[in-house]
Amino acid sequence: MSQRRVVVTGLGATTPLGGDVDSTWKAILAGQSGVRLLLDDWREMLPVHFAARVATEPADQMERVEMRRLDRSEQFALIASREAWKDAGSPDDLDKERLGVVIASGIGGVITLMDQFNILNEKGARSVSPHTVPMLMPNGPAANVGLELQAKAGVHTPVSACASGAEAIGYAFEMIKNNRADVVVSGGVEAACHQLPMAAFAAMKALSTRNDDPARASRPYDRDRDGFVLGEGGGILVLEEYEHAKARGAKIYCEISGQGLTSDGYHIAAPDPEGSGVQRAIKFALQNAGMTAKDIVHLNAHATSTPAGDVAEANALRKALGADADHVAVSATKSMTGHLLGGAGAIESVFLVKALQDRLAPPTINIEHLDPAVSVDVVRDTPRALPAGDIAALNDSFGFGGHNVVLVFNSI
Amino acid sequence: MALASADVLAGLKEIVEEVAGVPAASIEIDKNFTEDLEVDSLSMVEVVVACEERFGIKIPDEKVTDLVTVGDAVNFIVNASN
Repeated sequence: MSQRRVVVTGLGATTPLGGDVDSTWKAILAGQSGVRLLLDDWREMLPVHFAARVATEPADQMERVEMRRLDRSEQFALIASREAWKDAGSPDDLDKERLGVVIASGIGGVITLMDQFNILNEKGARSVSPHTVPMLMPNGPAANVGLELQAKAGVHTPVSACASGAEAIGYAFEMIKNNRADVVVSGGVEAACHQLPMAAFAAMKALSTRNDDPARASRPYDRDRDGFVLGEGGGILVLEEYEHAKARGAKIYCEISGQGLTSDGYHIAAPDPEGSGVQRAIKFALQNAGMTAKDIVHLNAHATSTPAGDVAEANALRKALGADADHVAVSATKSMTGHLLGGAGAIESVFLVKALQDRLAPPTINIEHLDPAVSVDVVRDTPRALPAGDIAALNDSFGFGGHNVVLVFNSI
Repeated sequence: MALASADVLAGLKEIVEEVAGVPAASIEIDKNFTEDLEVDSLSMVEVVVACEERFGIKIPDEKVTDLVTVGDAVNFIVNASN
């Protein structure tokens, strides 16, 4: 059997910047922030009063009865998957035994878990919803999408904290490469803008506390960054075997040609300052794609706006790419979306696909003083044109636990 | 005092519409919860708990499987309130 190639044929998203891909991408290119003050009373008990909630509430995009059986993360998954499936041409007549779903979440249905715990305490066991388990399980988003599409090649949920979304896309890529499936709906979602996860991240000193200026709080690579901003939402990519996509006349955005996976073995939450795990992941991803650093023109960075993480990543990129880092336009879109945790690698892969399509690297906003320790070429404030011809780009994602995932996409 | 069948039916219609999204107009006394109204087993648990709260009665778990039609539920609730 000849080598199977994998292409992207559909995109979907719901994010702090828009209820779909087009509105989100337009806002990204315009350098808008999706970070806002929380309106919830509970913000007052936290040191952080803001987050990046989705721009369009699920209630505006789905039926009430359907919503009440779904955790918010599952709602995001269905909304984004429906958009992606439609964008892929709604190929409903394909063999369902060759259709898979891989959708990640970093935390799972934490809002459902907390709500039902409150109901248990206030009203007793009999009032706990019978839908609780399918709502809180981390594989719930994937399972609900799989059920809707009748996917029978396998429905999976990698969990690796903030690397989960990228790992899901990599898993989907391998399913097609290894001939387990022809089409896989893949991505990641997160819905954790709730007082408990926020209090917990704040306890780690991981969140920005710039309460007087929320829209400028997420500032990757800025000298005065003070932590990440929690976001919610998700991104979905329809991956498809190249010949299968061509045979049905599908719109093809680009190819996904490789992935690199490593782990740090260093610390449960802190990044390895040497970044050797990240460097190896980049090396393996390029090898897997049959490319070298010379081929890469753009990178959507993990860059969450934490003091330690951004510099460790930038150093690792410089070491892994060497002199070729000079022609890599690095974008940190979390400056606009906040950090979608398990959805981050997925929405950033959507942005990478759009960047290849439009030949525009998105901006990084809120850099007032570029940290002198950052040794990569950061795209600031406005989009930057990418070269014509055959180009390739990377998306890197890292998660608490020391997970490193690098994906390679290229024009086709 | 026993509840009136008509009041129970009206309340039950509201509950089933709220829980399962079945239009109240299509909920009639002879309709089967599973086959006609597509109320699945998890949603039936929600319907039962909502009925207990609304009508101030208890529906023991072992009786739930006897509630096949809307009429079965109305009769049970009326009797239980008596």
